[in-house]
Amino acid sequence: MTQLVAPVANSPAGGDKRRPPHGSSRRRMFMIALGFLAPALVFLGALVLYPIVYTVVRSFFSAGGGEFVGWDNYVTMFTNDSTFTAIRNNVLWVLVAPAACTILGLIFAVLLEKIKWATAFKLIIFMPMAISMLAAGVIFRGMFQENPNLGVVNAALVTVNSAFGQDAAYPGAAGRDGLGLVQDRGVIASESTVESGSEQNFPLVGIRVDSVPAAAAQAEPAVNARAGQLVGTVWLDVVRGGGGTSGQIDDGKTGLPGILVDAVAADGTIAASATTDAAGRYVIDGLAEGAYRVALPAANFDEGYQGVSWLSSTFITGVIILSYIWIWAGFSMVMISSGLSAIDRSLQEAARMDGANEWNVFTRITAPLLSPVLIVVFVTLIINVLKIFDLVYVIPPGSAKPAANVIAVEMWTVSFGGGNNQGLGSALAILLLILVLPSMIINIRRFREERQQ
Amino acid sequence: MRSTMHHSLLTPLAGAGILALTLAGCSSATPDAAGSGEFAGDTLDVSAAWSGAEQTNFEAVLAAFEEQSGATVNYTSFGDNAATTLGTQIEGGSPPNVAMLAQPALMNQLAADGNLQPLSDEASAVVAENYSQSWVDLGTSDGTQYGVWFKASNKSTMWYNADLYDAAGASVPEDWDDFLVQLQLVADSGYAGISIGADVGWPLTDWFENVYLQTAGGDLYDQLTNHEIPWTDPSVTVALDALATLWGNDALVQTGAAQRTFPESVTEVFGADPQAATMFEGDFVAGNITDDGSSVVGENALFFDFPSVNGSAPAVVGGGDVAVSFTDDAATDALMQFLASPEAAEVWVPEGGLTSPNNNVDTALYPDETSRQIAEALTGAETFRFDMSDLTPSAFGGTPGQGFWQIMIQFLQDPSDVAGTQQALEDAAVAAYVD
Repeated sequence: MTQLVAPVANSPAGGDKRRPPHGSSRRRMFMIALGFLAPALVFLGALVLYPIVYTVVRSFFSAGGGEFVGWDNYVTMFTNDSTFTAIRNNVLWVLVAPAACTILGLIFAVLLEKIKWATAFKLIIFMPMAISMLAAGVIFRGMFQENPNLGVVNAALVTVNSAFGQDAAYPGAAGRDGLGLVQDRGVIASESTVESGSEQNFPLVGIRVDSVPAAAAQAEPAVNARAGQLVGTVWLDVVRGGGGTSGQIDDGKTGLPGILVDAVAADGTIAASATTDAAGRYVIDGLAEGAYRVALPAANFDEGYQGVSWLSSTFITGVIILSYIWIWAGFSMVMISSGLSAIDRSLQEAARMDGANEWNVFTRITAPLLSPVLIVVFVTLIINVLKIFDLVYVIPPGSAKPAANVIAVEMWTVSFGGGNNQGLGSALAILLLILVLPSMIINIRRFREERQQ
Repeated sequence: MRSTMHHSLLTPLAGAGILALTLAGCSSATPDAAGSGEFAGDTLDVSAAWSGAEQTNFEAVLAAFEEQSGATVNYTSFGDNAATTLGTQIEGGSPPNVAMLAQPALMNQLAADGNLQPLSDEASAVVAENYSQSWVDLGTSDGTQYGVWFKASNKSTMWYNADLYDAAGASVPEDWDDFLVQLQLVADSGYAGISIGADVGWPLTDWFENVYLQTAGGDLYDQLTNHEIPWTDPSVTVALDALATLWGNDALVQTGAAQRTFPESVTEVFGADPQAATMFEGDFVAGNITDDGSSVVGENALFFDFPSVNGSAPAVVGGGDVAVSFTDDAATDALMQFLASPEAAEVWVPEGGLTSPNNNVDTALYPDETSRQIAEALTGAETFRFDMSDLTPSAFGGTPGQGFWQIMIQFLQDPSDVAGTQQALEDAAVAAYVD
């Protein structure tokens, strides 16, 4: 501020340099300075100071503003589940996001120094900064959709997975209820054991008539079993358009070909297997006397890998932080690059001459020289992360909103987003201000120290 | 200069308006304002939540008024932030002339704060002529009439894909238990019985309200709405238990409900590649189906009334948008009278997506049999209750991520914990009903 005043004060004194400044001219200097500062002070007062003071006052009043409630809002803030989650999430954000952005930015900046076309790469990495947070949020929400037909991340995972696995013929099928079948982890099996030489049928449901293979024919009852055999039919127990009796092989019910059927011995080993024919019939041959459970293994019905539920409560904060890093890594890269270009190259050269390898040059020379820039980037990001709103507002679906909550979103929700409690909202705003203050103070101190050097 | 030019341009338009109206023989409402062009030069601001197709249709209604009166009407959409937007505008001294509110609680609040203008005697007369008493009551706050119900909705409709129902041999259910049986038939045929879009909580609160109105009846419904009985009441247990018989059945409900938006759930049932056969929501689903374009309302996209639970008598939960005015001038009054007249609704009705609570709207104008049935059910309904979540404090019934909405999402994800859900609802209600 003194620097600002100095040139202003010099100009009237400039007319008569020999006269020493005395009382009246000093006052005049002050008035002139004030005159110049007044517009800025008025704006600062009206737009910064007054709102802060009013928010502090408001935070001690009730939802409607009519009643003084003391510290109640602050107590609510730390005892209410959703605000507490918000505070916890903010801590997580501050721990992860600024550090990740700074480190990534540093890596990009240092590595890009060494390649051709660096500007092109920098441009690409910096590009997300040009996208509004809101749009970035929409993009990420789309990318991480659970349904592999909608979300590109799960689409990629499912594609990779199915490249290695085999698609089941009848995904999602189930045994008809109440007809002696049990279903456990995808395996459909007979409830009780079956003596060899007898019959076990499998009426299945939950398969679309249209998705049955073209080879499938009208289901037919199995031929009488001989000794050492287990026979039966696996069929789709649904008639298009309704009708028929559950568990009966009626006209219009198709057999399910190509289903693997296992005869499981008492000790849990598979004694023998067979595959169904076009009419859904199977014959398991060569069994010893005894009782077996007949099972249709899960491989027949496996729905396959369905991807990860990214937007569920478990992963949601991770996904949002990822989107933040995607945007802001570019910012830290650009800041650090400019810092890099300003440092004294001869020090690096000298270290190399003395036999230091590249890693040592980086950790002992480059990084320490960059530390002022790194701290500025880091602190700026901390302030930015504490205030995060847009991404958290846009990305999570309703079910994951409480899990993704942060203070700024909570503040908006309770005061304007339907909660209509501007007392609690103000208290949250003050909390946010208090959390941002240390980083601001660090930044201001650093600026002052730099100026003194 | 400018205004005279306006005049000269508008006079022939107004003349055309007179001609059109005379020819159409519409004379029941706003006879003095109609077509006289007496408000030429006046500008009215109208706000509502509507955007997209609804906005286009409502602007057509306003254009009809412009033609009649000569006034210029500007429409702005405030999205789903009616309370915030209007609150800011009122505080800034520039509220719109007329706003459409979807929440009677907000109307009552604004009326109590003295921000609303009561209806003029002429407007009241138009309302009395066209509306049944229940709608007049819904537009009245503390004995003073403020609102004109322009749009109404029937939120007790269960929409189904008739192709899938036919293929599965399922039919329109007689009651809740039969409903579950029919959904099982659909599930057997390889399609999910029902698709729920629970990305936000409001469709789920509508589920609860329908079941509760069926199981508990209108009186308890009113008491619960006003929080005169706690949410831990046994009547709530009955309703949640009934809901759990469906929501807790993984074989019937399509997986992934918690991350599906409401429009997506419509596409899941009526899209080009349907995965589920039934979905529940109000009459406005017809608009979503038409937008999607893969199914035709009235042909393969049909609805049945919300199934009766535990042998209850049929009941309808609904909602609507009420027009209220903020300014006391003749042009605003004329617009309110126009909105209360059948002519206003009849501009929109043929386009679809509007069910008018106005008794004198010609039901032959509805674009199809389905919407006609919805409208007739609504205007003829005897047990009609307004959507509960719209009547409760917004901190409880209208905040995404909190209160009623969020607790119902949690209940959908884990329908086994009825007692815990009731306690959570009661806690949220106690906090929200304080003021």
